Amino acid sequence: MALVKRFPIEPRFDFAGKRRITLGVSTVLMVLSIIAVGVLGLNLGVDFRGGIVMEIQTKAETADVQAIRSEMNDLGLGDVTIQRFGEPNVVRLQVQEQEGGAQAQQAAIERIRNALDARVAQWRRVEFVGPAVGEELKQAGMMATGLALLAMALYIWFRFEWQFAAAGLSALVHDLVLTLGFFAVTQLEFNLGTVAAVLTIAGYSINDTVVIFDRVREILRKYKRKAMPELINLSLNSTLTRTLLTSGTTLIALFALAIFGGTVIRSFTWALIFGVAVGTYSSVGFGTPLLMLFGVKPSTVTVTQETDKEAAARVSGQGGN
Amino acid sequence: MLQIPIWQRVLIFVVLLAGLAFAAPNLLSEQRARSLPDWLPNQQINLGLDLQGGSYLLLEVQTDAVIQDQLNNLVETLRENLRSERIGYRNLGISDGEAVTFTLTNPQASREQVESIVQELGQDVTVEFGDGGQVTVDYTEAATSERVRNAVTQSIEIVRRRINETGVREPTIQRQGDHRIVVQLPGINNPERMKDILGRTARLTFRMVEQGTNPANPPPGTEVLPDDDTGPNGQPVRRYVVEKRIMVSGENLTDAQPTFQQGQPVVSFSFDTVGAKRFAEATQENVGRPFAIVLDGKVISAPVIREPILGGQGVISGDFTVQQANDLALLLRAGALPAPLTIVEERTVGPGLGADSIRAGAMASVFALIAVIAFMAVIYGLFGVLANVALLGNLILIVGALSGLQATLTLPGIAGIVLTLGMAVDANVLVFERIREEERNFKGMIAAVDAGYRRALVTIFDANITTLIAALILYYFGSGPIKGFAVTLAIGLVTSMFTAIMVTRLMVATWLRSRRPQTLPI
Repeated sequence: MALVKRFPIEPRFDFAGKRRITLGVSTVLMVLSIIAVGVLGLNLGVDFRGGIVMEIQTKAETADVQAIRSEMNDLGLGDVTIQRFGEPNVVRLQVQEQEGGAQAQQAAIERIRNALDARVAQWRRVEFVGPAVGEELKQAGMMATGLALLAMALYIWFRFEWQFAAAGLSALVHDLVLTLGFFAVTQLEFNLGTVAAVLTIAGYSINDTVVIFDRVREILRKYKRKAMPELINLSLNSTLTRTLLTSGTTLIALFALAIFGGTVIRSFTWALIFGVAVGTYSSVGFGTPLLMLFGVKPSTVTVTQETDKEAAARVSGQGGN
Repeated sequence: MLQIPIWQRVLIFVVLLAGLAFAAPNLLSEQRARSLPDWLPNQQINLGLDLQGGSYLLLEVQTDAVIQDQLNNLVETLRENLRSERIGYRNLGISDGEAVTFTLTNPQASREQVESIVQELGQDVTVEFGDGGQVTVDYTEAATSERVRNAVTQSIEIVRRRINETGVREPTIQRQGDHRIVVQLPGINNPERMKDILGRTARLTFRMVEQGTNPANPPPGTEVLPDDDTGPNGQPVRRYVVEKRIMVSGENLTDAQPTFQQGQPVVSFSFDTVGAKRFAEATQENVGRPFAIVLDGKVISAPVIREPILGGQGVISGDFTVQQANDLALLLRAGALPAPLTIVEERTVGPGLGADSIRAGAMASVFALIAVIAFMAVIYGLFGVLANVALLGNLILIVGALSGLQATLTLPGIAGIVLTLGMAVDANVLVFERIREEERNFKGMIAAVDAGYRRALVTIFDANITTLIAALILYYFGSGPIKGFAVTLAIGLVTSMFTAIMVTRLMVATWLRSRRPQTLPI
């Protein structure tokens, strides 16, 4: 027998009544995140900062980090970070950007390769990003994020009323700010993959929000005489099972990725896990309560909108049933 | 919604079969898949460099050098013309690296002459007269950008030739933006030699050496060039005073091959007819004098001409190792770059890390799939099982689409697939929850299922299109692995909508019709 049969048919949580608490908590978290980013800063990876990263597997079963460090120091390449990475014989070297442009970086890579060659069984990864490229990648990343947010808000505006677009966009910004705060606090590396993760979080979060907004609109049209808090509660409660089940399956998949997916995409995966959790919370506790704050009422959605039935017929390309 | 017209049933089967057909070659070994006839789908998923191992290099054409070259030539042309027209001038040179300037000694008298000189240089050159006889000559912006564009196009061609000469398998060489070139070299895990080959301009010239002059004070028309060999202190072992006039240049070479002469690695070359003629004339006139073989501003060797070289063939020797001789011959065959290239980004992944990533990605996918399938079956019972069948169909469609479109699968791409596995069931969850609700509203079972599908459809579209927007923007702005992620995410969204709405609905409708159940299992 399906477990879903045992789920409460009609949960009656008073989400709307608690909206001051959830909105307050969200605001405080956002402020704390901004402070965290300002004070602690993001641990920018080589993608954005420029510099050299190498991952080597040593011939020795346990890498002699001390010896590698002293050999690297002999090269006089400035600030070098050396740490074990996953396996005991895998070491990750991070070298600051060298003075003297792209040529100097290339020379540094070659010198490191020569100096460590005797120890290394396998050069697992060598990455170098020039300063100009790093700056461009940073700008492209910010541009992509900004455009994505704008495009999604426009789509919601096109399908709903402006209040929904504004609330949806606010929820998105909320999720992204909190994710940035998460990276500032954990000091996980912030790289190109993280930007992809951030945009995916935006996509997931807006998906979640749109599902609930859709129901809000439907319920607002159906019960024109009820009070707003009651209608919001009805919308959130009737979609609650779906909200939890979908984030449940997504998180299950993501935890599999975090546990078995290897070290390369670990920070990417943790960003997604955090983002999915925050995105789920924000559509219930932040985006939807904001609709009330923006003055949405039943009359907002009743102006000559197509009915669900018509919309369904249009989308599926066939009439009714 | 439960009356599924015949064309939709046909469409569902055609799409699933096509997905299966395009996904199937991935189960075969590479050779077997390649040997399939062309009318069958025979392409396997294209693995990104982060999975198969290899080197990604981003090269930047030094366009400043192209512009500088252009201005240097302009200076020389003007100098010649001003001299032959006997126009008095001083301070001829490039100012601020942007334009050629000089000052006329007699501004009134010479102005028209200068104008006619510039006019003869063509429409691309403009001239401006300032106070006190100041003249500024410059190329138009259009001419300069045309020149830069050509230099980049030519550079790509030279890079392609050089890489092909090294015999790397399936390289990718593409222009990126205005003046960058992306080079992807699968299977190359130590790109130092490739970087060396691509980083050299390889401009070869043969010029006469001026004898008996002091390098500290070279006569006009000559320049001082260092020897290619460096001593123990890193300084060149000697310097040569070399004529600026070029006898023959690398453009006149038709072939260059590494070979041995008296046990030493050398490079033998042959000139085309023009080159052979010029070389013959120059060597006839200068028997007994040394000439310099200059590569990228360094003298490789400076042999003395013992007899005229008339055959248009010769040998470059210069203390090469075998590798150096091979590389030099390769560079001479491929030709010189119009401007230096610098490497501004490099990402090299060794085969070990690539294999680890594939293993980790596969393991994560399998565990995610099992976990999601178990979760859905436990929560939704029979309907969960139907959703799971659709999920497997979805996975096959994703693999089929990736193979058919020849999109590149990267590690973040695998993460995209795993994420889609989790999100793909969302459409089904939406429908199932809606059915549960509709049934609660005392509708009949059939009506509840029907309404559930109809009502959930709009939501599914709205929700997925917003995510699709994020994926498309990610594809447009992302690079390399990130693009791979955007591709799998977008494909996954589309296929998951298809499988959830079409495939599961067909299964649910068929089940309702054949079993005629009294109650819904959810």
